Amino acid sequence: MRSRKNIPTSSEPASWGLKLGTLAALLFLHIPVWLIFIYSFTTETSAYTFPPPSLTLKWIPQAIANPDMQSSLVLTIRVATLATFTALILGTLAAAAVFRYNFFGKEAISFVLILPLALPGIVTGIAMRSAISLLQIPFSFWTIVIGHATFCVVTVYNNVLARFRRTSGSMVEASMDLGANSFQTFWHIVLPNIGTALLAGSILAFSLSFDEVIVTTFTAGQQQTLPIWIFSQILKPRNRPITNVTAMLVVLITALPIILAQRLTAQTTDTEGDKS
Amino acid sequence: MLNRLSTFLYRRPRLVLGLLLLPPMVWFVVVYLGSLSTMLLNSFFYLDGFTGQVVHQFTLQTYLKLLDPTNLQIFSRTTLMAALVTIACILIAFPVSYYAARFASKGMKTFLYLAVTLPLWSSYVVRVYSWKLILAQEGIISWFAGITHLDGLLNWYLNLPVVGGTSLSVSSTGIFLVFVYIWLPYMILPIQTALERVPKSLVEASSDLGANSSQTFLNVILPLAFPGVVAGSIFTFSLTLGDFIVPSLFGNSSFFIGKAVLTYMGTSGNIPLAAAFTMGPIVIMIIYLLIARRLGAFDAL
Repeated sequence: MRSRKNIPTSSEPASWGLKLGTLAALLFLHIPVWLIFIYSFTTETSAYTFPPPSLTLKWIPQAIANPDMQSSLVLTIRVATLATFTALILGTLAAAAVFRYNFFGKEAISFVLILPLALPGIVTGIAMRSAISLLQIPFSFWTIVIGHATFCVVTVYNNVLARFRRTSGSMVEASMDLGANSFQTFWHIVLPNIGTALLAGSILAFSLSFDEVIVTTFTAGQQQTLPIWIFSQILKPRNRPITNVTAMLVVLITALPIILAQRLTAQTTDTEGDKS
Repeated sequence: MLNRLSTFLYRRPRLVLGLLLLPPMVWFVVVYLGSLSTMLLNSFFYLDGFTGQVVHQFTLQTYLKLLDPTNLQIFSRTTLMAALVTIACILIAFPVSYYAARFASKGMKTFLYLAVTLPLWSSYVVRVYSWKLILAQEGIISWFAGITHLDGLLNWYLNLPVVGGTSLSVSSTGIFLVFVYIWLPYMILPIQTALERVPKSLVEASSDLGANSSQTFLNVILPLAFPGVVAGSIFTFSLTLGDFIVPSLFGNSSFFIGKAVLTYMGTSGNIPLAAAFTMGPIVIMIIYLLIARRLGAFDAL
């Protein structure tokens, strides 16, 4: 792909109206987030006045030192790590099964795995809450993790399955022909091949879990993850400057890994292009 | 030892398949489908008004409550909002997808893809919060109306019934804008996928046969992009139906499905009613998906 010239897909240039429409939509998607950055530095503490009366840096250390923010951040990271780990195992196993074998109900697998993400979040939330109430399971760290892992599986599954379909089977066959057993082949051939797909899948799963509010509302009980804490702060503003700074930090923390994940998946399509 | 185990497994592909499939299937059947069935079960129970306890006894009375005029109104209000949000998303998304699919160079395409997916994956609550800042009475829109001397127009709009309110933040227009903003990327990506699949040869053939560019657009490109539009609408429609964050933070006190479910669950502990209520979006989505399948939307996902 890289060696080819950039050939536009259409011979005619795009009209100005189309370019303007595209630009307007992109600004609509991005300007609101930039505003959060401005508000993180405003000296105004009790209203959302624009433009800010003057700017200050003092909220940043205060927000970072806020104990409520810290404890909910720690909880969120613990939940996301464990949910990602679970999703990594379940998603990879499912992808391997679907790729390698033909079996009854194979088409249904993708459908079932994507259900928690495709149905409105409130369905998964209420469903889990019903189970928790019916079986009288106490709310805990684990109820949050189980909920998150369920909707994270599909991101790992999709990434790994896409990579399996792109890697040529001949390498695995060659490895087996040269005398490696299944485990050696997995360790030396398959794993390096799907490594970046696993990484991209887990980054996306992590950020999905890191941001989730709807399912968490029904599985968390009294505990507050960071998004829930922010939601409660917006609902009943107690400390606006700290909320603003936390919101900005969340944007910064999540943006970098997402860009990285995009790079990792983009590389796959590039190598694919080189082969053809 | 490992070699023998490897050979043993190699000869039994069904066993390996079983070992691979068992953990994810057990998880999804027990945790997910299990939870969904307890929800179904709960919707046939009822809450005893005196004791405040859920009575585990089969009844249809919880479902009958859904037919109250107030609840029917919640369903129709939410469905109407979801439909309007979907239409607005289609109108805003189409130019972006069209430009990205047919005119953008490779570098531009990568940039656009990142520009659309970054909001999709970044924090949902934070993105909602940014609109709290924008729509507030003292926020950027009022400021902008002030400097451009359009405050008369803004006040006239806010005084309108149904769409207006004391500020944009507490009006139904506010809810609508935030929903469109939040779900827009879900519409752009499938339309773009569908447009990229339109074979170049078809477009060339159309112009060779004497169609001008707008005729080609209407008769060739638009019909082929339609499955993508339907695919995107599945997301925008379903996500709007089930959301409770946006209606809790914006708009007046009128209920939407998600907010109603949260209230029944939270304040009164009425899990049966919340579960029955949730069956509403499920049924609406099943009907929607059946229609979408007939329109060929699943090929564009």
